[in-house]
Amino acid sequence: MLYAILCYHDEDTVGSWTSEQDAAVMKKLAVVQEKLKKQGRLGPVARLLPTTAATTLRKDDPPVVLDGPYAETKEQLLGFYLVDCKNLDEALDVARDLGAANPGGAYEIRPVGLFQPGSRAT
Amino acid sequence: MTDAAWIDAALTSARPQAVGALLRYFRNLDTAEEAFQNASLRALKSWPQNGPPRDPAGWLIMVGRNVAIDDIRRSRKQEPLPEDEAISDLDDAEDALAERLDGSHYRDDILRLLFICCHPDLPATQQIALALRIVSGLTVKQIARAFLVSEAAMEQRITRAKARVADADVPFETPGAVERTERLAAVAAMIYLIFNEGYSASGDTAEIRAPLCEEAIRLARLLLRLFQSEPEIMGLTALLLLQHARAAARFDAEGALVLLDDQDRALWNQKMIAEGLALIDKAMRHRRSGPYQIQAAIAALHARAAKPEDTDWTQIDLLYGALEVMQPSPVVTLNRAVAVSKVRGPQTALEMIEPLASRLSNYFHFFGVRGAFLMQLGRNDEARVAFDRAIALANTSAEAAHIRMHLDRLIRDSQPLGVKAGK
Repeated sequence: MLYAILCYHDEDTVGSWTSEQDAAVMKKLAVVQEKLKKQGRLGPVARLLPTTAATTLRKDDPPVVLDGPYAETKEQLLGFYLVDCKNLDEALDVARDLGAANPGGAYEIRPVGLFQPGSRAT
Repeated sequence: MTDAAWIDAALTSARPQAVGALLRYFRNLDTAEEAFQNASLRALKSWPQNGPPRDPAGWLIMVGRNVAIDDIRRSRKQEPLPEDEAISDLDDAEDALAERLDGSHYRDDILRLLFICCHPDLPATQQIALALRIVSGLTVKQIARAFLVSEAAMEQRITRAKARVADADVPFETPGAVERTERLAAVAAMIYLIFNEGYSASGDTAEIRAPLCEEAIRLARLLLRLFQSEPEIMGLTALLLLQHARAAARFDAEGALVLLDDQDRALWNQKMIAEGLALIDKAMRHRRSGPYQIQAAIAALHARAAKPEDTDWTQIDLLYGALEVMQPSPVVTLNRAVAVSKVRGPQTALEMIEPLASRLSNYFHFFGVRGAFLMQLGRNDEARVAFDRAIALANTSAEAAHIRMHLDRLIRDSQPLGVKAGK
């Protein structure tokens, strides 16, 4: 069974780390990741850019594009896609296509700052 | 991360919101700062024992407010009663939690706190110092170091700025839309100033002054989180990130300035570039252009070029043209001329900057750029005159050293071949 582990933290606090503090945390995480990687159990790892870079597409009819992260608490995270796009417009086009296939709810579109493909044999 | 480091980061990040809210309660900057200080001291004792609160800012506001109210009550028993109005909503401390959770004041509290620092009576350097002290919570020592002045001088500067702000009428009512936009613009300009103060450092001071750039980015991100749909704030944040991404490549080992074309692009911070590009991308979708967005778009074109020769100078020329219309200034025209020299050659560029001579007669970069154009045209004697003037006007030793490098090259090139070969 594949499990997704979703990372939450106070963005203000993480943003207040100095680059040294940030690097120290990443280094400690890398140790854990390395262990999983050697066991062939690690899937893709991604670090998202801050929510200030986020855009949200409400899957209304017609869909509405909003600045900022997805803020509702009534709806739950059900899954995610990683899609290679030239720019935000392209990403929004993909989200609109997906939204047409499955209306209701929303997509939060966040650029990925760091991506590691992982070691898991498919 | 250790407890102490975690608490430190949490206090720093909670500070703008907490001091902003405390200022609204007490309507006095010193009281608000003192209340935050007291709350922070209690946090240092309480958090390691009881674990961090879920909402550090909310905790600090509650504790800071209660401690300050206790202090005021205590002093009331000893002294004649102060005017009730001096302490706003003293009796509804219980409501604080509910109010905090609703969070409707949060945005305007922080904006007000930043806005106070850009009081028009304050010279730019005092605005910056005040913001770094009050909003960012840097110590006087840290600020003095970044400004390369003594601690005593900085202490005096901040005290003076605070006194001037205290005398001024601080607007406490919730701002209307127009007012909010005006405040936002003033605050954005101040954040840009903080950044420039760090960015214009010379090689030997760049490291000392880098915190100014980092602090400006932090404040810009904070502002953007509060005003998520403002394309100019996206643009400002993108601009600062894209400029700062080049920090490691801007000076060589000797501290001499390295121009964009000569920079080792492998040293550029790709993480910052990615965030800057994502933000400018997001801003452009609004089709409400502004000076920060245009400057960020120009920085983005540089950031996107893997090699200097990949730079889209035609697009940069167009963007500077748009900026000239929006914010006419000889400095913008001068910058545009550099792009023009790449697209249409140095002769056209030189003709473009000639009319600026009288207005930029004391501007280092004017003579640096003019000298470079003349040199490209092979007019070496005139180039030398321009470079001499640039050195005389240089603001930092790195600027002077950079021009001297051009001069040395000119002198070398103008020597008779025989002499050069004989060496």
